[in-house]
Amino acid sequence: MTATATRPPDAAPPATGGKRAPKRERQGAAWVFLSPWVLGAAVLTLLPMAVSLYLSFTDYDMFDAPRWIGFRNYTQMFTEDPRYWRSVITTLTYVVIAVPLQLLLALAVAIALKSVKRGKGFYRSAFYAPSLLGASMSIALVWRAIFNDGGSVDNLLSGMGIDIGGWINKPGWAILSVALLTIWQFGAPMVIFLAGLQQIPAELYEAAAVDGASWWRQFRSITIPMLSPVLFFNLVLQMIQAFQVFTPAFAVSAGKGGPADSTLVYTLYLYDRGFTASHMGYASAMAWALLLAIGVVTAVLFRTSRAWVFYANDNNEGAR
Amino acid sequence: MTTAPTTAPAARRRPTGRIVLHICLIAVLLVMLYPLAWLLATSFKPADEVIASLKLLPSHFEWGNYSTALDGVNEVSVGRLLWNSLLIACGAVLGNVISCSLAAYAFARLRFRMRGPLFAFMIATIMLPHHAILIPQYIIFNQLGMVNTYWPMILPKFLATDAFFVFLIVQFMRGLPRELEEAARIDGCGPFRSFFSVILPLTRPALITTAIFTFIWTWNDFFTQLIYLFEPEKFTLTLALRSFVDASSQSAFGPMFAMSVFALLPIVLFFLAFQRFLVEGMASSGLKG
Repeated sequence: MTATATRPPDAAPPATGGKRAPKRERQGAAWVFLSPWVLGAAVLTLLPMAVSLYLSFTDYDMFDAPRWIGFRNYTQMFTEDPRYWRSVITTLTYVVIAVPLQLLLALAVAIALKSVKRGKGFYRSAFYAPSLLGASMSIALVWRAIFNDGGSVDNLLSGMGIDIGGWINKPGWAILSVALLTIWQFGAPMVIFLAGLQQIPAELYEAAAVDGASWWRQFRSITIPMLSPVLFFNLVLQMIQAFQVFTPAFAVSAGKGGPADSTLVYTLYLYDRGFTASHMGYASAMAWALLLAIGVVTAVLFRTSRAWVFYANDNNEGAR
Repeated sequence: MTTAPTTAPAARRRPTGRIVLHICLIAVLLVMLYPLAWLLATSFKPADEVIASLKLLPSHFEWGNYSTALDGVNEVSVGRLLWNSLLIACGAVLGNVISCSLAAYAFARLRFRMRGPLFAFMIATIMLPHHAILIPQYIIFNQLGMVNTYWPMILPKFLATDAFFVFLIVQFMRGLPRELEEAARIDGCGPFRSFFSVILPLTRPALITTAIFTFIWTWNDFFTQLIYLFEPEKFTLTLALRSFVDASSQSAFGPMFAMSVFALLPIVLFFLAFQRFLVEGMASSGLKG
């Protein structure tokens, strides 16, 4: 679905030069190299997509044959299931908080690091480390403990006179602790930003400095436009990942999505419906709604990107 | 941080600005490292100090947490859990390195019909939410009798389903000079010889990046293992930590975080050993369309 609805970041196929090779043989060789991927794409991607679409119109519990019920799952989801909407709102809240803050922090630190001479490699690696560790259950458990009632974050805040009293037990605060875990992992987009910053020609800044442009002016007129493709790449990637958050919400709420469903993110509810309650048809409908939602969001991002993403090799308009 | 000069000349002019910058960076870093320090400290704390004490360092080191953790969970020893985790991670690494490099070579260097659309499809699957295919995949593996085995974690990797890595390797291979293969062809190499003898050795950095990322991501993966594995004997370290999730008793905190240290240790070691590949691999994934 997303395949046709959106333009992928790198839709242009790589160029090949191999001219005048014995054509038949080269074609055959290519398919041999591709065969594992073709098999995987067909059997583990395309076929499951079709099957999950079919199952979304059925009542299926893994034991009895699927029973066709038309749009029943979807109407139930959208009109009769308050927990479904709860999970949608929870996920959107989390995405809207976590993704912009994570990218902002990543950009700020990347810009700071750009001008650092000594210890750059150390900083880069140190800031990146949480991106690898943070996806683990171990760190999710740490989060649960330090944001719990009497945990160190709670103690620190009440020491400063802010008494929240255990984020993970308070609806509204619990999802914020999950968002903080995501923001904490800003290292991956930061590294990509930093690499992007280093590709901006220094002459641009030199010319601007000669013209007397302030730091802010240079940032707005050079850094942001030149960095916009990387910014866009990070935005799309982090957004898609954020919609699928699971492990920290599972850990913080002991798999239940509590308190009061405040950490019941979309995938946690999907897991609950499909694998705990054995409503595979309903879970499939949820999966397709997610697929469509991500497709729509990505398509909107790509559409709006024409207004603000600037590709240096296209032409010069928009480079102001 | 907003006052950080963007241009190198500006930084050279103001040494105080540079010091302020370093202080800011280190402050951010210290805040970020706190959860990791807390994890390590707590794994050594006696039960009564875990929550009550504000101090990071334990009054005395409680090695008992580690010996409790070594006993494992649900009568399964840590050694066994570690072995299970390793088996899955290494199987996944082998699968990804082989299958993704094969597919990447075709996309990056060979000419075939439908290459454009297939490449676009491959890229699009990077964005496909895993959940859209999860349930039918589960049904397929269930039909094949592979639920509660490691195959659902390993088999897809041999079929290049991690499009992200195919893309990463394609990007890298496209940077290699085309003359290499032309020279090889003149010397009589077909596409297979030039793949194995010319291109693959030169692609080593991208393959190492793929291997390390696959290892770490598979090691950390919770969702897939949660769905496919139910017998404690088959559990991985990550999954074993789950049984601590349900138990909220604070007396188990020390052993739980000792176990967490076991689960994080391989990632930390991998990170320390290969940080250059990891950081650069991540950086190059976002660049050069």
